[in-house]
Amino acid sequence: MEAVSVITGIAAPLKRSNVDTDQIIPAVFLKRVTKTGFEDALFSGWRQDPEFVLNQPAFAGAKVLVAGPDFGTGSSREHAVWALRDFGFAAVLSSRFGDIFRGNSGKQGLLAAQLAEADIESIWAAIDAEPGREITVDLLSKTVSVGSLTVPFDIDDYTRWRLLEGLDDIGLTLRSEAEITDFESRRQGWRPKTLPVK
Amino acid sequence: MSETRGLTLAEKVWNDHLVVKGEDGAPDLLYIDLHLVHEVTSPQAFDGLRQAGRPVRRPDLTIATEDHNTPTLGINRPIADLTSRTQIDTLRNNAKEFGVRLHSLGDVEQGIVHVVGPQLGLTMPGITVVCGDSHTSTHGAFGAMAFGIGTSEVEHVLATQTLPLKAFKTMAITVEGTLRPGVTAKDIILAVIAKIGTGGGQGYVLEYRGSAIRSLSMEGRMTVCNMSIEAGARAGMVAPDQITYDYLEGRPHAPAGADWHEAVAYWDTLQTDDDAVFDAEVFLDADALEPFVTWGTNPGQGVSLSENVPDPSTIIDANDRANAERALEYMALTANTPMKEIAVDAVFMGSCTNSRIEDLRAFASVIKGQKKADNVRVMVVPGSARVRIEAEAEGIDRIVEEFGAEWRFAGCSMCLGMNPDQLAPGERCASTSNRNFEGRQGKGGRTHLVSPLVAAATAIRGTLSSPWDLEQAPEPDTTDGPATTDGPATTDGPATTDGPATTDELATTAPKAV
Repeated sequence: MEAVSVITGIAAPLKRSNVDTDQIIPAVFLKRVTKTGFEDALFSGWRQDPEFVLNQPAFAGAKVLVAGPDFGTGSSREHAVWALRDFGFAAVLSSRFGDIFRGNSGKQGLLAAQLAEADIESIWAAIDAEPGREITVDLLSKTVSVGSLTVPFDIDDYTRWRLLEGLDDIGLTLRSEAEITDFESRRQGWRPKTLPVK
Repeated sequence: MSETRGLTLAEKVWNDHLVVKGEDGAPDLLYIDLHLVHEVTSPQAFDGLRQAGRPVRRPDLTIATEDHNTPTLGINRPIADLTSRTQIDTLRNNAKEFGVRLHSLGDVEQGIVHVVGPQLGLTMPGITVVCGDSHTSTHGAFGAMAFGIGTSEVEHVLATQTLPLKAFKTMAITVEGTLRPGVTAKDIILAVIAKIGTGGGQGYVLEYRGSAIRSLSMEGRMTVCNMSIEAGARAGMVAPDQITYDYLEGRPHAPAGADWHEAVAYWDTLQTDDDAVFDAEVFLDADALEPFVTWGTNPGQGVSLSENVPDPSTIIDANDRANAERALEYMALTANTPMKEIAVDAVFMGSCTNSRIEDLRAFASVIKGQKKADNVRVMVVPGSARVRIEAEAEGIDRIVEEFGAEWRFAGCSMCLGMNPDQLAPGERCASTSNRNFEGRQGKGGRTHLVSPLVAAATAIRGTLSSPWDLEQAPEPDTTDGPATTDGPATTDGPATTDGPATTDELATTAPKAV
């Protein structure tokens, strides 16, 4: 995973709440066995609409998605994160995220920054005043800046550290190999085993 | 967590799986007892292992099945859709290469992953269960800690049999009282979600408690826990009791002999302590519950079937109001329309929420001896090959076919329409599944979430209905009591097959798009 620290780019406002992962990427696109190339699938149900925010020239090449509350609820599909990343987004801002989506983001280097709902609305207002303007999401100071406006965001310290360092979860866990083996040696006999087949 | 107070069920299970306690803000490392795998969220995870040269650490704690992409017709033919076939073939190749047990299409143990685990007796109290599927919360019905994970986490569990996880908060959802006949586990959970909202459970593990939960069968409890994710919670649990043990004992992978006694002695300790404190509490009155149905495009947008489509102009919160307006537009519904006047084009009976044998029995108890409404297509999809066999032994397949409905092979089917089972644009469906998101069941499709009993009555009348709306309403075989094995309850006095029960309701039957 590549390290993340300061993201500067065009911010696209997605003024909808409850954008679930079925909206981010419909199930029909989940049949692929690859981990990249999902940019065409992002918000595919809405992309035919010329009014849709990502179809507006001012937001071409956007790197930051500024979304309404409850973004990424529903299905666990990590494809939602891959599609956002493949489209070019490096950060998503919302006042509340689906838990699984937020976890998936942290593992794929997509910064999911949680802001106060009022601050999201202030950022929307700043974008409305000047569509296509750049925004800076700074993971070091945990702030979002647009023009003269600077607001804080929340992210848990561990995810922040992993993003800043670009660390791989499996590698980190395997440092605890001895503890895992020890735990397994104490595992009770009644606990489930899928093999042998009964 | 204070030293002085007792622990909740969830905290006990968590603590007993701690491999490494996280320090300085790091997550805890938890051991995973059971990893369920399916074709959609695993290919990239196996690829990751291959690239890193890592094996599956514990194939003996891992099991795979094919469910999301599989056809429910013509299962002996090659899968027509090439990308679906590739995904299934990829799982088969990965299972072989990494030594993972797989139940393929055509196998007697194939089916929806959340039906297969409990059916085999692999799901049991006090264990941790994960799967790359958000409805893994289903398994919490046994008093297991079970939650959905993303593909990176699937790879992590395959490689290490552990997961780094941040501590959660606990929420008690207490449902007291007695459900009326015709009101089921599905209505409980739809009402809970409508009450706390799709974000209400975020960051929490839910524990369902109270007399109404205690009197649910295991399959009813699975329905409730299944939709915890629709309230935003990754996991929902019910403390194990005699009903749990009776369901589990004797299943292929359930503990036996001395292991069984040791396990039960441990499981009996898992109840939430009397002096435990939940971070949040929600109460629901089971006596007052009616059959419940959604009107919008998220599972929190639901009302009792006897109510009307809500009027967005009465919603104070601007965001919620805009959301409701958008939902009504997508659903082609007009505010204040009685829910019961909404006509449907399709009825889907299936999904990991409601496709077990008791669900099929409940559905059959209402439709037996009836004919489906004209112009409504009705699809019945058992949750697993074994459920299908069991249902056929009871004659449910014949009841379904005589009703005019389609009797299919097992899989996720029209719950998410990854296979050919989809709604056409604009079609409206009463569905026993779990998500009414835009386009979930097919692009442009419109979904109303309902119980199996409501699905059955709706299939008879053609408009959203419950057994209460049927003439000489049979005493339905609800999913919350012990199910009968000798067929549905109605042997005499079936409702008329050619229309709604009362003339005034007939007169007000609305066009399907209002």
